[in-house]
Amino acid sequence: METHGTYLDYNATTPVKPAVAARVAEVLAAGGNPSSVHRFGRIARMAVDRAREQVAELVGADIEQVVFTSGATEANTLALRSLAKRAAAEGRACGNVRILISSLEHDSVVGAAWANDLPVEEIPATASGVVDLDALRAMLAAGGKVVVALMLANNETGVIQPVSEVAALVHAAGGYLHCDAVQGPGRIAIDFDALGADTLALSSHKLGGPLGAGAVVAKSAALLSPQLVGGGQERGLRAGTENVPGIAGFGLAAELVDLQNAIQIKALRDDLERRVKAIAPAMQFFGATAERLPNTSCFALAGLDAETQVIALDLAGVAISAGAACSSGKVGVSRVLRSMGASDSLARSSIRISFGWGSTAADIDRFCAAWSALVARRAARGGNETFRIAAGQ
Amino acid sequence: MAKTPESGRNIQLPIYMDYQATTPTDPRVVEEMLPYFTTKFGNPHSRSHQFGWESEEAVEIARGQVAALIGASDKEIIFTSGATESNNLAIKGVGRFYKDKRNEIVTVVTEHKCVLDACRHLGEEEGFKVTYLAVQPNGLIDLEHLRAAVTDKTALVSVMAVNNEIGVIQPLKEIAAIAHEKGAFFHTDAAQAAGKIPLDVEDMHIDLMSISGHKLYGPKGIGALYVRRKPRVRLHALIHGGGQERGMRSGTVPTPLVVGLGKACEIAKAEMAKDAERIRMLSDRLYNGITSQLKDVVLNGDRDHRFPGNLNLSFSYVEGESLMMGIRDIAVSSGSACTSASLEPSYVLRALGVEEEMAHTSIRFGLGRMTTEAEVDYAIDTIVKHVKKLREMSPLWEMVQEGIDLKSIQWSEH
Repeated sequence: METHGTYLDYNATTPVKPAVAARVAEVLAAGGNPSSVHRFGRIARMAVDRAREQVAELVGADIEQVVFTSGATEANTLALRSLAKRAAAEGRACGNVRILISSLEHDSVVGAAWANDLPVEEIPATASGVVDLDALRAMLAAGGKVVVALMLANNETGVIQPVSEVAALVHAAGGYLHCDAVQGPGRIAIDFDALGADTLALSSHKLGGPLGAGAVVAKSAALLSPQLVGGGQERGLRAGTENVPGIAGFGLAAELVDLQNAIQIKALRDDLERRVKAIAPAMQFFGATAERLPNTSCFALAGLDAETQVIALDLAGVAISAGAACSSGKVGVSRVLRSMGASDSLARSSIRISFGWGSTAADIDRFCAAWSALVARRAARGGNETFRIAAGQ
Repeated sequence: MAKTPESGRNIQLPIYMDYQATTPTDPRVVEEMLPYFTTKFGNPHSRSHQFGWESEEAVEIARGQVAALIGASDKEIIFTSGATESNNLAIKGVGRFYKDKRNEIVTVVTEHKCVLDACRHLGEEEGFKVTYLAVQPNGLIDLEHLRAAVTDKTALVSVMAVNNEIGVIQPLKEIAAIAHEKGAFFHTDAAQAAGKIPLDVEDMHIDLMSISGHKLYGPKGIGALYVRRKPRVRLHALIHGGGQERGMRSGTVPTPLVVGLGKACEIAKAEMAKDAERIRMLSDRLYNGITSQLKDVVLNGDRDHRFPGNLNLSFSYVEGESLMMGIRDIAVSSGSACTSASLEPSYVLRALGVEEEMAHTSIRFGLGRMTTEAEVDYAIDTIVKHVKKLREMSPLWEMVQEGIDLKSIQWSEH
């Protein structure tokens, strides 16, 4: 499996689990359009139905609440645009309809929020990377109809958000809550009812399933307005021939989620952070004081910029990320870290390590060897003063 | 396994003859895809490591393969989740972008449901004027009607290349010329056409083209939209976010699916002539085999301007549902897959003026790359046997044989 060495970027995408890849290959070979009434069609339909049960089970939802999409970006768009349309209709009388999104949201939520011809406001975050509840309360107190988007766990820091608490606040204010739960499954337990969000977005490829499949889980189908219209698939809520192999793989990956594995992953992550801290005592960890996903670590050493680290580690065969994958090609500063109060220079120095089902202790050894060598090289070459102090040299 | 009476060759039952609903994924495509699930699994947008670069490279190779199939340049290909999304994006995206200056859409009553629904959405909820052109009895549009419908307020003309139910090929180049006379863009839903018939966006002056992976022996869950760059066609995105696909379609590009689509396009381009010849031969064999043994069988749609892999036949004096039950070993469809669960007669056949009884007895035989002569022979025997049996039980058939003109009968009301 190790074509390019050590992969520590599971929040960007995960390798497909072997059993899932076998299932995808099997369903690919079987063929059939689930809308066809003949045997080929019925076999394809059964694969989609089974996956719907598996995904519903993953988050404790009913099968009627699960709508398959091409991925989480489409799921976020479908959910958020639907809630916005509904809020706009219900709030027409008061003339004050707003979308409130946390400063921590993924680009797809930001994009979907701004696509509604409604004012969008940002809910700030605290320094520990949690949405600022007091700020949200103040924003809700301004009245009107609101749609709120709050992710379950941040992709860059792993910080888990108080979704159920926010759901209670938002519902008390008569609003709707969408939750981008992409980074949750496989790392923490998820119960749709307990979270209390009206809609939830899920992704297959973040939990060992294939790319090209995702889902919206909605309290009720009536909340959704289809964005893709046509053949009436997904009970009219999302047209288009289902990606049957992808959905089947998503379903099996959901079934194979093992939170026992998350405990081992957390041990790996904690070990990594201890060792990094030993190499550079001044290392700053983002979100470490909050409740975090067990697999994610985001840290920065002042004066050692992220690009340098990413390149050095890649050369050493260790794949990590300087931020979210979709924006990691852009030269910019993480708006998530900035909203947590990090300086631009510190944010530019941050890297993200994320573990998953295939990670081992040997991966950490390789990371630490490459990373400490980099730090030592930089220190030997002089580096700047900030760096020397931060690196404890 | 069953043996065909004449050939005696073994064939696997049921036989798949529903290539318009979906095609089997070509084993060469599957083979190309599989490594991208497991060992080459990187996110193509990860710019910080080899895993990502390798994926991105594979995506760009595939983009070139798709472009090459239709004579486009790489940068004009946008990957989507499938033809439904491509059609929605083309119609709503272009409509919304140009709405202030042009708020009319022209399409055809026999388009795929997702085109009609996207147009209806613009018409009912966003203030567009949508013209639905009728078709002639052969399923083709009348170009003069089109010319009359396109105005200088028309933003988009959307006409499919090959019809999914009856296989007729619309005159794309002529349609494009009429659209362009008034400055409108021309979109074609080529889900059933790409990889089956030669398409060249330059030669045909097509501005937007929808392509489906799973209709050309590629995977489901992937499609493409060709968007012309010179002169540039602009559109509003439907799915927002990370800004992938030059902002027209956000979301992580699914590398294995894109690789599969690319490979499918490459194979289609290389083997189109060979496939077309085989399919025409099989199609003629099926048609001649049936019509030489049964009378009162009608081919729906134009006889010449059609993709031969689609034979839509109506069998007079038999009840469609009974026939479908009788030929269970042959996986066919009585219309489009999306609506095949409903008992409503096909809106496409009705638009051709096919009477309701005849529309109810229509069967679409879809032939493709994997169809064999033995399968066609088995289908001929099965169809002929069951149609004859059903007709023997039909009082109408008996009356016709006795020379009674059914139209002259005054049916009593109950």
